[in-house]
Amino acid sequence: MTTSQALMPKTGIRYWPGRFVRGIGRFLKLMSRNKTGFVGFLIFIGFVLMTTVGTLIVPKVTSADINAIYAPPTWQHPLGNDSQGKDILAQIVHGGRDILQMALLTGIISTFIGVALGSLSALIGGGFDAFLTMLADIWLTIPRFPLLAVLATLVKLDNMLFLALLLSVLSWAGLYRSIRAQVFSLKERDYIEAAVALDLGMWHIIFSEVLPNMLSYIAISFTFGMTSAIYAQVGLVFLGLVPLTRNWGVMINLAWTQGAIFFKDSIYFIMAPVTAIALFQLSIVWMSRSLEEIFNPRLRTG
Amino acid sequence: MSSTTVSTQVMPTKIPLGRWIKRITSNYVVRMLARAVFTIWFVTSLIFFLVRLMPSNPIEVYINELMVQYSIPYAEARDQAASLFAIDLDAPLYQQYFDYMVQLAHGNLGDSLRSPGTSVWQIIVTFLPWTLFSVGLGLIISFILGMLIGMLLAYKRQALWEPAVSGTASVLSSIPNYIVGIVLLVYLGVYWNLVPIHQMRGSRSPGIQPGFTWVFIKDIFFHAALPILTYVLSTIGSWILSMKSSTIGALGEDYVTVARARGLSEGRITTAYVGRNAMLPLITQLLISIGFVVGGSILIESIFVYQGIGYRLLSALTTRDYPLMQGIFLIITISVVLSNLLADFIYGWFDPRVRIAGGN
Repeated sequence: MTTSQALMPKTGIRYWPGRFVRGIGRFLKLMSRNKTGFVGFLIFIGFVLMTTVGTLIVPKVTSADINAIYAPPTWQHPLGNDSQGKDILAQIVHGGRDILQMALLTGIISTFIGVALGSLSALIGGGFDAFLTMLADIWLTIPRFPLLAVLATLVKLDNMLFLALLLSVLSWAGLYRSIRAQVFSLKERDYIEAAVALDLGMWHIIFSEVLPNMLSYIAISFTFGMTSAIYAQVGLVFLGLVPLTRNWGVMINLAWTQGAIFFKDSIYFIMAPVTAIALFQLSIVWMSRSLEEIFNPRLRTG
Repeated sequence: MSSTTVSTQVMPTKIPLGRWIKRITSNYVVRMLARAVFTIWFVTSLIFFLVRLMPSNPIEVYINELMVQYSIPYAEARDQAASLFAIDLDAPLYQQYFDYMVQLAHGNLGDSLRSPGTSVWQIIVTFLPWTLFSVGLGLIISFILGMLIGMLLAYKRQALWEPAVSGTASVLSSIPNYIVGIVLLVYLGVYWNLVPIHQMRGSRSPGIQPGFTWVFIKDIFFHAALPILTYVLSTIGSWILSMKSSTIGALGEDYVTVARARGLSEGRITTAYVGRNAMLPLITQLLISIGFVVGGSILIESIFVYQGIGYRLLSALTTRDYPLMQGIFLIITISVVLSNLLADFIYGWFDPRVRIAGGN
């Protein structure tokens, strides 16, 4: 804080480090308005730190230890050991990275597709709009997870970018509908019409008038894209249909195929990844509430 | 409209063809039906072309497999594969597509690759009812319970226990359904040893006679209990939360105030004014969740080894039984489309505006 204050000149010219720190401060203050949302945000940050910094601190376990099979938790192994005697905590720390990356990637791509198609559809209208709306209606009724499972047997889904792209394409319809409806209603608002009448320019209208009013939808859909990506990815991995590097889904799958799930001592082996996935999903959903309030000031209470 | 023209003229006037067409196409029921048929056609074609145009064409894979397994020449293996896939491999793609559609229209889905002599249709008929039973019952229970709890929360939102219930609902709604299933299995079945999970496997006990007997009904509920519990727990949270917020919204509406001013009984206001309007948005959600839950049955049924269509689909996927896979996927789609259609009609029945205005 002191450095940022020192950097802030009295002349009023803003240096970006100061603005940046103040921006983060404001962001945190807004985030903390909603208690649940803030807790979710903190857990989410915890997961991000764990999969980035954590992997540098906790060493990756590669060798099995026959003497420690299903050993209960100790100070050295806080979550106990798995069916091969490997430390579970290390696996949890290292197993989150590709789930997190995949979720972020899918969130970004699906939001982009939804926003682009939704706004285009509402702005162009006519046959284009009617066609896309009909396609979205049909798309929503296609059972997504079975389709993914069928696709997994036809194509190798081991490339993360490809899987993210596929998940995004499969889930465009929901976001498309809400963005389209939002743009339609925004088009009729007085302030947009005023901006058009004042000839403020296309870019100004899009970025200063329309987008800020859609940010809460975009934030929500981004988090929704993330959670559904995690659901689908872990689900596919759990069923053994997608070969990916060791992650939480693979841990559940291993516990499952080795029958560890029916073994009382292995409770840590199965519950650790289960808790990680549940907590991660929960943190994203909770965080989305704070994001919604930030971008939609009308929701702010108190 | 037509009644006035009939009464003024002796002969029933000929309504122009154009107007008839317009009347048919603007009919709510007809439009819904057309969309359902179109969706099924779309998905069928999608799967057909995906299977045929994929880099690792499953039919070629199967032909190679046959050649290796029985050491037969390519042509023979090809004929065998063609008959199993119910496809003429020499015809151009559009011809194959046309034939496939004709076969499908006759209800012929081909034969299973892994259990020769059994048609895909037979397999579906034995496995599908269990999924419909468990998923359907689970969704109905959770929908009704969720609505009641949601309304209660909206009415008692000052109560001390309200945040606890809402919090639980929010946790339940964010956790993936298979995670709920695994946790139930691990704790109820293994750790606390409360339920005999090994006996609960399958859709019914071996050797039991199906029929309207108490023993049979008890048995199928015994086997479906855990999957149903999973469906209820994993969907109820979102029903509670949306019902709560839409009830709070409805309570603030003018017509509720007017109804109170007219001195209507609180019970009537709750059911006919608040409840009926508050549940409208939930029906649309139910519509979307049907597809999601049926799709998720692959995971839930695999966890509990419940022999429904999802369980069978997974085994078809792992053994690469393509005709069966195609058939089951089609059937899942059809059941989702039909249940959506049903939900649309129910929506139209609850909200007359949809029927009359022909949608938004």
